[in-house]
Amino acid sequence: MNPSFSANPITDLNELLQYPFMVNALAAATIVALVGALIGWFVVLRRESFVCHTLSVMSFPGASGAALAGLPLASGYFAFALAGALAIAFGSRAGARRSLSHESAVVGSVGAAALALGFLFLSLYGGVLESVETLLFGSSVGITVGQVRTLAVVGLLAATALAAIGRPLFYASIDEQAARADGVPVRALAIAFLVLLGLAVAAIAQIVGVLLTFALLVAPAATAQQLTSRIGLSLALAVALALVEAWAALTLSYFTNLSLGFYVTSIALALYAIARAARELRR
Amino acid sequence: MSAVVALRDAAVAHGEATVWSGVDLDLAAGEFVGVLGPNGAGKSTFLAVLLGLLRLSAGSASVLGAAPGERRELIGYLPQRRSFDESVRVRGRDIVALGLEGTRWGTPLPLLGGRRRAEVRARIDAVLEDVGAVAYADRPIGECSGGEQQRLLIAQALVRSPALLLLDEPLESLDLPNQASVSALAARFCREHGITVVLVAHDVNPLLPYLDRVVYFAGGRAVAGTPGQVITTATLSALYGAGVEVLARSDGRLVVVGQPDMHTHHGH
Repeated sequence: MNPSFSANPITDLNELLQYPFMVNALAAATIVALVGALIGWFVVLRRESFVCHTLSVMSFPGASGAALAGLPLASGYFAFALAGALAIAFGSRAGARRSLSHESAVVGSVGAAALALGFLFLSLYGGVLESVETLLFGSSVGITVGQVRTLAVVGLLAATALAAIGRPLFYASIDEQAARADGVPVRALAIAFLVLLGLAVAAIAQIVGVLLTFALLVAPAATAQQLTSRIGLSLALAVALALVEAWAALTLSYFTNLSLGFYVTSIALALYAIARAARELRR
Repeated sequence: MSAVVALRDAAVAHGEATVWSGVDLDLAAGEFVGVLGPNGAGKSTFLAVLLGLLRLSAGSASVLGAAPGERRELIGYLPQRRSFDESVRVRGRDIVALGLEGTRWGTPLPLLGGRRRAEVRARIDAVLEDVGAVAYADRPIGECSGGEQQRLLIAQALVRSPALLLLDEPLESLDLPNQASVSALAARFCREHGITVVLVAHDVNPLLPYLDRVVYFAGGRAVAGTPGQVITTATLSALYGAGVEVLARSDGRLVVVGQPDMHTHHGH
């Protein structure tokens, strides 16, 4: 395979789509971008970026633990993300009267424990697990149709659940006191959102790796919120930015043979920087 | 006219400590009521009782003819000390909308819900107009000044057309002109729309022109009456159980001298 970039979009697209692995990668990236951006929008609103990062780190002990136990890797991802979400939810009393310093201490401890466990499992396992680098940064090759299907199902479930709790979650996220007084179940929503985030992150991390999950979830939403304060437009923009980031990164990575992760993060960072600068200039 | 709020021999406790007890109170429809008293005397606790968030440890309470918490849709509430910093990228108008629809499950989708959405929008526009917040309602709320944010939050409390409006220290952290204009705004809603307004404040002076009734919490008890009955040297000294003096300045402002802070309990 010797990819060549012709600058003719039709030819280039045809070249991309003749490989099944590329089709799978594009399908996976599309689902990840759609669902991740919507959930990420609430992550930014709730200032839970650190939590989001920590939950994606749970994938590391998840994958290595599953390998050690001889179980399918996916089961490890989901189990550990769920455990992490619940540990954070109950350890920091999420949605109770919040103490941010306490919360970040709990989240940091969970993250550190996850890394330590991951390395422990890996050394006990001793066999050949997909390389740590792939675990952390993902890989555009080797995504199976089965993985894309799993991702689609989890993505659909997560998006549906998010839509069901969307408005009260928004209320509780932005105006906790008033929401609580209005009878919104603030704590139950906080826990539900963490679980939802954990499941989505587990599904996404299997495809794009532990570190890039964060870039695809949080960066597009943060960029969109810099650009507009209209809720609907902001959500749509977050999805659009995530799609652009994912597609552009995959395409560039294919034609230049450089790491997918490099492109995802640098495009995300560049867009955020531009949006931020544009906002500063307008004031 | 039946009482909008009625308390009979009511008491509230946080754990073992009694916050206040033996409180008897009737607030009539359309009254403008100031809730005063030192820190920790149980002013916010009083609002929490009216909202049904906190149960009485003794006595009884009725709000709008029902048990507290049952007529929540008829109560507008402004919690204490809220502000949005610059990172909050949501329009003031959307914050106001939460007062009307924030508790509904689901997510509004674009292009759906036509007539209801138009009604909601018209209602929000009317309230924004009424509180004078139209000019900045489409800006991110984090970029609005303290006074502007307070008006938007009052609009949020008013948007459901409440019969009872509970404002917890709406004047705190505002400068004097904004204190005066927010007080006048609350009084106007009371007079023009017949809303019973219960406003918690530290300083009675910005409210003096409008108050029908004062509820003064101190020393684990409460006294209610007109400002002229309650804010006097004799009444407040008896309430505090200590020598307190009320002085009237030449401009009509009242100064309460020597009031001890209540550190035995903490409000929230």
